[in-house]
Amino acid sequence: MTRLVLDTLVKYFALVAVWFLAGCLEHSNANLRKSGIVYCSEGSPSTFNPQLDTSGTTVDASSHQLYDRLLEFDPQTSKIVPGLASSWKVSRDGLIYTFQLRKQVSFHTTPYHEPSRFFNANDVMFSINRWRDKNHPFHNISDAEYPYFFSLGLDSLIKDVVRINGYRVEIHLSKPDSSFLANLATDFAIILSEEYAENLLAQNTPQRLDEEPIGTGPFKFVKYQKDRHIRYARHEGYWQEKDVVQQLVYDITPSSSLRLAKLMTGECDVISLPAHSELDIIRERNNLVLDEKPGLNVGYWAFNTSKAPFDNPEVRRALAMAIDKTTILEAVYFGSAIKATGLIPPSSWAYQADLRDASYNPLMARELLEKNNIGSDFEMDIWAMPVERTYNPNALMMAELIQGYLEQVGITVNIVSFEWSNFRRRLQGGAHDSVLIGWSADNGDPDNFYRPLLSCAAIESGTNRAKWCNPLYDEVINEALTYDDVETRAALYQTANAIVADQMPLVPIAHAYRYQAFRNDVTNLDINPFGGIRFGGVKKLQ
Amino acid sequence: MTYYLLRRLNLLIFTLLVLCLASFYLAFLFPGDELTNLSGVRFSTESERLQSFEYYQFDQGAFLQFIRYLELLWQGEWGISFASNEPLLQEISTFLPASIELSAYALILSLLIGIPLGFIAGLNHNKLTDYTIFSVSLLGYSVPVFWLALLFIIVFALQLGWFPISGRLSLLYDIPHQTGFIILDILRSDLADKGEAIKDAMLHMLLPTLSISIVTSTIILRITRRSVIEVMSQEYIKAAYTRGLNHSQVIFRHGIRNAILPIMPQLALQFTTLLTNAMIVETIFSWPGIGNWLIQAIYQGDYPAIRAGMLAVAGLVVIFTVSIDIMHKLIDPKRLNRQRVKI
Repeated sequence: MTRLVLDTLVKYFALVAVWFLAGCLEHSNANLRKSGIVYCSEGSPSTFNPQLDTSGTTVDASSHQLYDRLLEFDPQTSKIVPGLASSWKVSRDGLIYTFQLRKQVSFHTTPYHEPSRFFNANDVMFSINRWRDKNHPFHNISDAEYPYFFSLGLDSLIKDVVRINGYRVEIHLSKPDSSFLANLATDFAIILSEEYAENLLAQNTPQRLDEEPIGTGPFKFVKYQKDRHIRYARHEGYWQEKDVVQQLVYDITPSSSLRLAKLMTGECDVISLPAHSELDIIRERNNLVLDEKPGLNVGYWAFNTSKAPFDNPEVRRALAMAIDKTTILEAVYFGSAIKATGLIPPSSWAYQADLRDASYNPLMARELLEKNNIGSDFEMDIWAMPVERTYNPNALMMAELIQGYLEQVGITVNIVSFEWSNFRRRLQGGAHDSVLIGWSADNGDPDNFYRPLLSCAAIESGTNRAKWCNPLYDEVINEALTYDDVETRAALYQTANAIVADQMPLVPIAHAYRYQAFRNDVTNLDINPFGGIRFGGVKKLQ
Repeated sequence: MTYYLLRRLNLLIFTLLVLCLASFYLAFLFPGDELTNLSGVRFSTESERLQSFEYYQFDQGAFLQFIRYLELLWQGEWGISFASNEPLLQEISTFLPASIELSAYALILSLLIGIPLGFIAGLNHNKLTDYTIFSVSLLGYSVPVFWLALLFIIVFALQLGWFPISGRLSLLYDIPHQTGFIILDILRSDLADKGEAIKDAMLHMLLPTLSISIVTSTIILRITRRSVIEVMSQEYIKAAYTRGLNHSQVIFRHGIRNAILPIMPQLALQFTTLLTNAMIVETIFSWPGIGNWLIQAIYQGDYPAIRAGMLAVAGLVVIFTVSIDIMHKLIDPKRLNRQRVKI
């Protein structure tokens, strides 16, 4: 009898189990998975207008999804290609840039804005004047600071923006600058809707321009919940003939291991910033793809040339010869970087392949040091930045390695590190002997390396960590900006490289790779060597 | 009976009052301005603060302040969150249903597992089956919930890839928030393919539900087993056998009913244990429930949210417990003073 009861119970259990499994093991949400892309991003954007913020998170969430620029960088070749401007012309003296604008480009139609006209010259004027003109009604909205444009002095470079007709605009410069076009193609130089701005001003809610964005990009804004997710939908009337998926969702996931886990279970199609230590897990999985590309960055070791004995080029060269970059690359970057010989990474057109490196030669280094009266009682500081950056994922470890190398040539090294904001403040004060730090470029123009890193003016603005000022070098890089053709400029930059190699104000160490991890059914996702991710044109295999 | 009801209601009101007092006092215990902690407003000007000062009757004595606080709670003005600047009551009403939902499914699952196993063990008292089930249940009882959840993630999500690990629905479904209960919301939405969405929601639900129901299942199993053993040793069961009823007749006619009825309220009360465990598991599975929300509030130092969240969860548990008690008395008034079955 007991058996009968048991039997009933066993049957009942089996039924419960089957019911559950049947509901769960059927993976058939095929249509839905194809219609949209989920991107697991690392944080919440601070605004939806990249003019206001240079952080990568903000740029990723807005720049290439919601907006277009007058000009674009081709992610493959890094050349400047037409965007909302279909063609452009530069006057002979390099002071007037004329842009012919594309016709029939539509802005997003959303529940909060219905455009009544296509994109035209007014939108270009509005977008540039907003940050350029301090008296513009939108200049101070959202406590805006426009860090990119102001740090490069673009507000004083542009003298005027003139509307010639509805589809033609002239930009007048105060001096020739051949990096100007590259600056117009950066993630920050987006085109806003003037009509939308006027409507908002009439409704007295101008700050919504940056919170509920309207642009011409492949996706339109739908919804944003801070620290949770952002929803975008396809912009049906997008002017470029690109495949654009129905839906794009940013799943904001600050933990890098959780992002990886979600990528493995298929909850994310693409993830941002995979950790260096987790790259092998991605490589091992057949259904995941790890894309890598040399980034436009440089990690370097800069000497404070305003301090003795680092004001002596021979001492600097001796120190450069005492370290073995190849080992450092293996240990710190896990091989995910290429050795730097100059400031410019190989992906730039100004890269000089035949630039000679200071080779690893401790004996010669010792000789040079002795020649300059640096004895074995010499002590120096190496400042190692406390944060992880693409160009240097572990500065403390790098400092320890260098400490080991310098010990072999009889130099005692003290490693110094502070909390990040404190570190930068003290660095600016010039208390350091030498520092391990780096630079990531914002646009494809080589001037974006030469000027901020080593020009005399950059000592004042705080990006010249070597505090090195060489009039000849400044003259060369200024002259390079006055030419338009790439060959002349490249030749001038080679002269600049020679000066840097000779004077050695800093030791370039590595150009680190950039990584992107996604599932293997995602196609057309290119790594953008400078700046934000682009989802226009990305689709899923059927 | 009326006397009993009044006593219970009295207890309910008194407990809730104590809870409100505690939450009111929290605002003074937390760092920062107590008025800011109560209202969630960060005052930029002195006149703003003064306005709030009067609104919360801070110019009066402590007792009147508390009365005013109760009044505002009753009107639904729980203050606003530092983090999101949304009214707290509204925030809680979006997050609490997700936790209740998770606990409810886990309770159902636990009952489905725990009661039958408890019967099998109880009916085979002191036999091998009983020992086996009882020892396995001991194991399940002693496993930490969060550890189990992580284990499930590693095996079923990361290695086998059967289940998702975060949230309660694929983000590609944009289901408008109506009730906060995901299945209901899907059914009420204008989605084309509701079946797909429900399936997706079930997939998301399974691992979190399973991880919290294991512990509760073992508790229910033990309660049931105890009760079955007790009932089966009663005189009327022996009498039933002597009347010539066979084993299954005895069990189905007399055993089940008499074993289940007295433990019903105890089983229902497992819901509160589940709610606590759910709050832990939510953070692991990124489940958008009240536990996850409270943890975020703690990270962000969102004091008004901590205060209101604690009040809401504790209030819910108290109300639930008392109503189960009252309901049980209404259904079965005779068992007024019967001693409870132990696990």
